[in-house]
Amino acid sequence: MAEKKPKSRLTAISESPVWKSIFRTGIPVTRRQRMMGILNNVFLHLHPVRLPKHAVKLKYTWCMGGLSFFLFLVLTISGILLMFYYRPTVEYAYTDIMDLSEQVPLGIMRELHRWGAHAMVIAVWLHMFRVFMTGSYKPPREFNWVVGVLLMFLTLFLSFTGYLLPWDQLAIWAITVGSNMARATPFLGHEGPGASLLAIGDINLVTMSSDVRFALLGGRFVGEGALLRFYVLHCIGLPFIIMIFMAVHFWRVRKDGGISGPV
Amino acid sequence: MLDWLKSVVDFISTPSISLTLILLMFPFVFPPTAWFETWHRRLGLHNLWTNRGGLVMFSVITLIFVWGFTDVNFSKILGKPDNVPIMILIYSVFFFLWLAMKSAYENDAHIAAGEPVQEYYPPEDKVLVWPDLVYIELIALILMMVFLLVWSIGLPAPLEEPANPSLSPNPAKAPWYFLGLQEMLVYFDPWLAGVVFPSLIIVGLMAIPYLDSDRKGSGYYSFAGRRTAVFVFLFGWLVLWVFLIVVGTFFRGPNWNFFGPFEEWSVTKVVPLININLSEYVWVKLLRVGLPANPLVRESVGIIMLVLYFGLTPVMLARGKLRPLLDKLGSIRYSLIIFLALAMVLLPIKMYLRWTLNLHYIISIPEAFFNI
Ligand code: HEM
Repeated sequence: MAEKKPKSRLTAISESPVWKSIFRTGIPVTRRQRMMGILNNVFLHLHPVRLPKHAVKLKYTWCMGGLSFFLFLVLTISGILLMFYYRPTVEYAYTDIMDLSEQVPLGIMRELHRWGAHAMVIAVWLHMFRVFMTGSYKPPREFNWVVGVLLMFLTLFLSFTGYLLPWDQLAIWAITVGSNMARATPFLGHEGPGASLLAIGDINLVTMSSDVRFALLGGRFVGEGALLRFYVLHCIGLPFIIMIFMAVHFWRVRKDGGISGPV
Repeated sequence: MLDWLKSVVDFISTPSISLTLILLMFPFVFPPTAWFETWHRRLGLHNLWTNRGGLVMFSVITLIFVWGFTDVNFSKILGKPDNVPIMILIYSVFFFLWLAMKSAYENDAHIAAGEPVQEYYPPEDKVLVWPDLVYIELIALILMMVFLLVWSIGLPAPLEEPANPSLSPNPAKAPWYFLGLQEMLVYFDPWLAGVVFPSLIIVGLMAIPYLDSDRKGSGYYSFAGRRTAVFVFLFGWLVLWVFLIVVGTFFRGPNWNFFGPFEEWSVTKVVPLININLSEYVWVKLLRVGLPANPLVRESVGIIMLVLYFGLTPVMLARGKLRPLLDKLGSIRYSLIIFLALAMVLLPIKMYLRWTLNLHYIISIPEAFFNI
């Protein structure tokens, strides 16, 4: 009788009923296992099972889209942790941020969140640049480029709404500068061209208390209302929308024939 | 030490000088036509996209930063925690520009020699996502996380004084990624700089795939076959966006005045504001009759000029050099492209009108908040 080679601990674990119930496939060694490993996993299933060689080359995609998404995940997680400590009111916002750095041991969540946000803006721009330089916006991927432009806009708007939340001088004045522009929106801002045309008789419809800037700030200046609105947009509204568009974006990368390549 | 060199750099950084230099260089670095291509080669600029060229660009940027950190004034700006992203932006833009152009030139050479591009593999030559892709992703993700952790541990997030609505800082700057728009505010009113142009940027970006009808050059880096398209995109992104961000971050101090990188940000720097509207130039200085009361008559010259700019230029171009483009794209796509391009070029045009003639507004109807 031939002696059977003892199984390694790892193999034993990967053949245990518990492991199998979670991952179905064992350690991906054989070709079949590797393919099933991708197919059976909801996250990895974002990917196809096989790809043309150039598509996995770092030199081609720079992994920039993937890194944009990864940064979004880092921001989501660090953001959720920040929400435990932060109250979006004029009374508490600033002191909560102060406490965060003074009271929370080993706290770098604020740093991770702030620097991660800057990094995401840069990563998204570079991803767009890569897509342009490889001509990947051309048919059949036109629409996914459009979705991408929306994602970039949403990324910037997410960053912008987050800028206000520390409620320090930098925050309110940067948002004041930014939102002052909304006041000049044609027709919809009270200092915009054409706004005076929207009137019933002598009564102007577009005033300081009814224009787009007012809608954005929830008030005539950057105050309590703006803080709450920006908080809700930043933590719920915009992430919700950007996630929908990301889902469409990833789906379309697959449906448009996978990563672009020479024919 | 090196004081004269510092004042040279300060001088070159002035937007009117630096933008002029960039505009002059740009078509030679990214040649949009065959004529520029010839000069691009003759001047040896194609060497930028080689290892040696990359090293030179990297060294120059690093040298400027290192030098900057030894200077009292420049180091104050460079050392601001919130300006670190701009340095990362500068490095990464140059690096990826270099990488993309290098790949593009390699492919152009392959195509010229009738060989397949470097991205080409025979269709049956495929790899499994596990392990070939998931491992790359894992490593990229870990490296990015390490980078973020180091950055976060090394540099605490700044927190300024508590918000005070009655005390406005000078200068009050928008977040860095919007500084291009804030820079536009110097030359255009908020309804244009803050609303119309950003909308046009978004619409224009979205329209790219529908305007560029050229099906070639998809799925691999290339330049020679799509030089004009790449030129326009890079002009918008590098000059009108990234460059303006750098100006806004490093060179704009109190009262949004220009300061060279080695100059001290002094609140008392006085820059005379002597801007004059086009209508005044025409009615008061040229015709010496005084401003007409009717705003439409008063601004008629500006209105006519803008109508001609947007209406006549496309027609003239279609009669001349751009005839083939019109034939290829049809009139709707052609008009859209030219309109977007003209809107884009309006910014540098207005800048130069301001710098040379102190022109304030081309059309100025403050009664209706309509100033251009
Ligand atoms: C939050 C922002 C974004 C995320 C998370 C994201 C994510 C991704 C990912 C993971 C891919 C797969 C290939 C790759 O990594 O390069 C991809 C491809 C693509 N993205 Fe994005 N993207 C974003 C923004 C954009 C923007 C701003 C654009 C363009 C304006 C864009 C246009 C495209 C196109 C056209 C493709 C297909 C490329 C090809 O097939 O080669 N995306 N995106």
